[in-house]
Amino acid sequence: MNTVPWLTILLIVPAAGAVVVAALPRRHATLAKQLALGITLAVLVLAVLATFAYDPDKAGFQFGQSYDWISTFGISYSVGADGISLVLMLLAALLVPVVVLSSWDEVDGGDAAGTGRVPAPAPAPDAGGSPGQVGDGGIGGAGGIAGAGAGAGAGGVGGGSGGGTAVALAAPPVVTAAAPAQVATPAGRSVPAFFALLLALEAGMIGVFAATDVFLFYVFFEAMLIPMYFLIGSYGPVKEQAQRSYAAVKFLVYSLLGGLLMLAAVIGLYVVSADNLGHGTFDFATLRQMEITPGVQKLLFLGFFVAFAIKAPLFPFHTWLPDAGAQSPTGGAVLLVGVLDKVGTFGLIRYCIPLFPDAADYFAPLVLGLAVVGIFYGALLAIGQRDMKRLVAYTSLAHFGFIALGLFAFTSQAGTGAVLYMVNHGLSTGLLFLVVGFLVSRRGTRDVGAYGGLAKVTPVLAGVFLLAGLSSLALPGTNSFVSEFLVLVGTFTANKALAIVATCGIVLAAIYVLYLYQRTMTGPIVHEENRVLHDLGLREKLVVAPMVALIVALGVYPKPLLDIIRPTVTATYADIGKSDPAPTHPAAAHPASVHPASVQPGGHS
Amino acid sequence: MSADPTVLLAQTQKITPPSIEYSSLSPLLIVFVVALVGVLVDAFAPRGARRVIQPVLAGGGFIAALVAVAVLHGRHAVLASGAVAIDAPTLFMQGTILVFALLSVLLVAERRLDSSGGAIVASAAITPGSKGSTAQQTSADMQTEAYPLMVFSVTGMMLFVASNNLLVMFVALEILSLPLYLLCGLARRRRLLSQEAAMKYFLLGAFSSAFFLYGVAFAYGFAGSVELGKIADAVGTVGKNDLYLYLSLALLAVGLFFKIGAAPFHSWTPDVYQGAPTPVTAFMAAGTKVAAFGALLRVFYIAFGGLRWDWRPVLWTVAILTMVVGAVLALTQRDIKRMLAYSAVAHAGFLLVGLAGTNTDGLRGSMFYLVTYGFTTIAAFAVVSLVRTSDGEASDLSQWRGLGRTSPLLAGTFSFLLLALAGIPLTSGFTGKFAVFQAAIEGDATPLVVVALVCSAIAAFFYVRVIVLMFFSEPLAEGPVVVTRPTLTFATVGIGTVATLVLGVAPQPLLDLANTAATSGFVR
Repeated sequence: MNTVPWLTILLIVPAAGAVVVAALPRRHATLAKQLALGITLAVLVLAVLATFAYDPDKAGFQFGQSYDWISTFGISYSVGADGISLVLMLLAALLVPVVVLSSWDEVDGGDAAGTGRVPAPAPAPDAGGSPGQVGDGGIGGAGGIAGAGAGAGAGGVGGGSGGGTAVALAAPPVVTAAAPAQVATPAGRSVPAFFALLLALEAGMIGVFAATDVFLFYVFFEAMLIPMYFLIGSYGPVKEQAQRSYAAVKFLVYSLLGGLLMLAAVIGLYVVSADNLGHGTFDFATLRQMEITPGVQKLLFLGFFVAFAIKAPLFPFHTWLPDAGAQSPTGGAVLLVGVLDKVGTFGLIRYCIPLFPDAADYFAPLVLGLAVVGIFYGALLAIGQRDMKRLVAYTSLAHFGFIALGLFAFTSQAGTGAVLYMVNHGLSTGLLFLVVGFLVSRRGTRDVGAYGGLAKVTPVLAGVFLLAGLSSLALPGTNSFVSEFLVLVGTFTANKALAIVATCGIVLAAIYVLYLYQRTMTGPIVHEENRVLHDLGLREKLVVAPMVALIVALGVYPKPLLDIIRPTVTATYADIGKSDPAPTHPAAAHPASVHPASVQPGGHS
Repeated sequence: MSADPTVLLAQTQKITPPSIEYSSLSPLLIVFVVALVGVLVDAFAPRGARRVIQPVLAGGGFIAALVAVAVLHGRHAVLASGAVAIDAPTLFMQGTILVFALLSVLLVAERRLDSSGGAIVASAAITPGSKGSTAQQTSADMQTEAYPLMVFSVTGMMLFVASNNLLVMFVALEILSLPLYLLCGLARRRRLLSQEAAMKYFLLGAFSSAFFLYGVAFAYGFAGSVELGKIADAVGTVGKNDLYLYLSLALLAVGLFFKIGAAPFHSWTPDVYQGAPTPVTAFMAAGTKVAAFGALLRVFYIAFGGLRWDWRPVLWTVAILTMVVGAVLALTQRDIKRMLAYSAVAHAGFLLVGLAGTNTDGLRGSMFYLVTYGFTTIAAFAVVSLVRTSDGEASDLSQWRGLGRTSPLLAGTFSFLLLALAGIPLTSGFTGKFAVFQAAIEGDATPLVVVALVCSAIAAFFYVRVIVLMFFSEPLAEGPVVVTRPTLTFATVGIGTVATLVLGVAPQPLLDLANTAATSGFVR
């Protein structure tokens, strides 16, 4: 076997990093940022190295490791990677450093060197007035100068708000005016804590993809919620305290409810394994070989499915997503939609389909139906949104519809496309969220109506925005086209009607993307404030550069990823006795009939 | 009745003195002697010295008893003419009770919380609202009787889980309850609330004890004996009066369900938890729960084990009711101690779910759960006692606003404990829940587990609400003060939190212990 425990290293580095960063005193904000960036970049390098060490042609899990954890229940610490989990880990490892860099100044309002060059009317409402509120001016950049200035003026009162005489338990002594720049942190938000949460989230995301023990998977699945919950609740928009609490709680309770139903199914699976094998186990490879009666399969499938459908989210379980997406800090939203939600779709193909093949077959029409409804419902709601972050969140609902469609079409083409879609969606929607975040940090509002004509003022930003949008609507030449095309072709061979209906959804995608672009970037400049917005700074360019490069590169040459994904997906479907339907017509006929349709929206642009 | 002295004499001569295996009873005896010595110390030692001697004495006694329990491990015998049973589950639970008692003594002994002294009142006899009443709030004095009372209560708890005989069980019930009634009335602040709590607990407790005693009588009427083993034998034979059997089962169950705080016998819990001094609340929440569950397990598994198909539906109903009532009513609470009280009710329900599996796994799961829950809940109440205003504890939830900003470490610890109570993975709460739910599904109680999981989700909502208040809200201008110097309370919080984490991450050793205890089973 492989001697380098890649996955354990990938898991431990961010986890240890989270502890270290969390232990930093609040005043060492810059150190925390640098540490976080260093650690996440190291994880990225490690993940890339692991990808090179991975042999796509070998069957089964690689880099496998297994140690007994709670032997009473047959629980082990088992990790391993297959093609699907590897690319998703890679996606997570890529997005986190990007997010760290993009969130550089988001928490502490930024110092003058960063996004602070905002000539826009910075609100600075409470400057000097109530010490506890220093820097409450707006999210990120808008509060930049105001925050820093007021912070310096108000001296050291910002941090230990209210705790003057009090004996604040182990609160770092932020009382001296030694670090005026950090004191400007809005309402006592701690910078090290923010980056520690990001690192903890990264550890959780890698763990959830790496686990090959169902119990371990569940542990990561639930444990991952906590950092995200705090990211939304503590670091969401400063001024919308009630809404972000609401969004955080909604996110947590929805996820927990799904998770608990899954727990019932996980325990059920354990009990079934104890009955079948004589000793209970959570080992995925063993469970996969087990024959489960169809009736039990259906129940267990539903337990897992509801959890994943909430997580993904699929159509009727999605209502938490727009709230959580809108109320997250930008970095949180990128990770939430980019990676966290993929855990749902990942769970579908990793657990629901191979463990419960009969039930998956039985429920496939239902899932496919929900997927198609999601494609249209998400797109229609996205068209109607004025809040840009909500809009992007709704577009994700449509994208998740495509992914679920591909997974449950049961052809290797559609399945491969769906997995690739997971990666591509992380890139394109991630970039979209980032760009929206940049806009919001400049103007302090998510309302579409506050923008317009920005292409003239901020050409680079507008260009990136357009590219992200085009990738989101799957224009040929961008990464998403490849995956969407594969999903639709693969679905067509299995179920023509659904494929045709779903293809129509692409038209709607063109509408929401182009309509959004039109309203924000083109036309005359309606609001005078917008004339003075500055274009992307160096840091922001560094943030978007890798994403832009990958979107284009994977659009032109997706083969490396496909080579990793395809064998695993094919094996997964072959394992449950699903082989691709033999082409009854000349093979070229199918792609030809779908191709023009999927290219159509591109024509409009 | 008979006045004939010769008959009496003849009878007494026949009685052979029971052989008492003192070494096997040593944990009980140690604690009992310590309690008696504690009473003497309180009578004779000078006022100032008592405050030092008493906690050291009590703590030392608990440690000594713990050592004795450890030495006794593996003992499997019925002692003292069938009155007391020492077996692995009993020793496990006695050890657990002693650990929790030790932690609680630390909390009671804490004297740096208030301007003056600890959580225990200086002089309980002073009428609330009178002139002396305000003076005593800042008096450095305390009723040191609290320590011997606690030790007596622990004696009762340890006997409760060890009794092999319903009458001994009743005596143990009283030994454990009476000191607790008193302790509830000893809060330094909010005297009226505290006295109300004591009164309420006493009246309802006495009532439930009567139920229990009535049940004992019916059991005797049915089996001709109060020994658990003999009752079990009688259950297996035909031709007895089944009405007595079912009446006895029902009445005993009422008494025991009252003690664990299961619905519909839970109504005392919030009032008592709120009114009692917080260290006592912590002690009750952890210790009493272990003791009452230990007794419940003995009665249901040994005496009425043959009837499990009859009591299972009852247990299901009570478990569901308890979980739903606990989880739903906790949602509406605005006082942190009341909220934790309802959470205790919900947790009693989760424990009953494990019991409903009626298998060895259920025994193991319940015992494991009791340990995890006890550590977490003691630490949680200890944190509650740290957040104060000039008026005592800031128990109203609104006062906890923004605590995450002003005291991040404390709020973080409390959040961790709440997440453990909610059952998030990597905390002991999750492992405990997993252990009982697994047992229940194994024992064909899957619907019960689904209800339990839905209740867990509801419960998570109110735990999370506190986290929202602490972290996502702006601090109050006149917020509560977090006390920074109380080393003893810190120690308790630390131990409880570490145990919560360790039992969540590496539960195997304790599971092994519980497993050994459960598989070796009860002695009859």
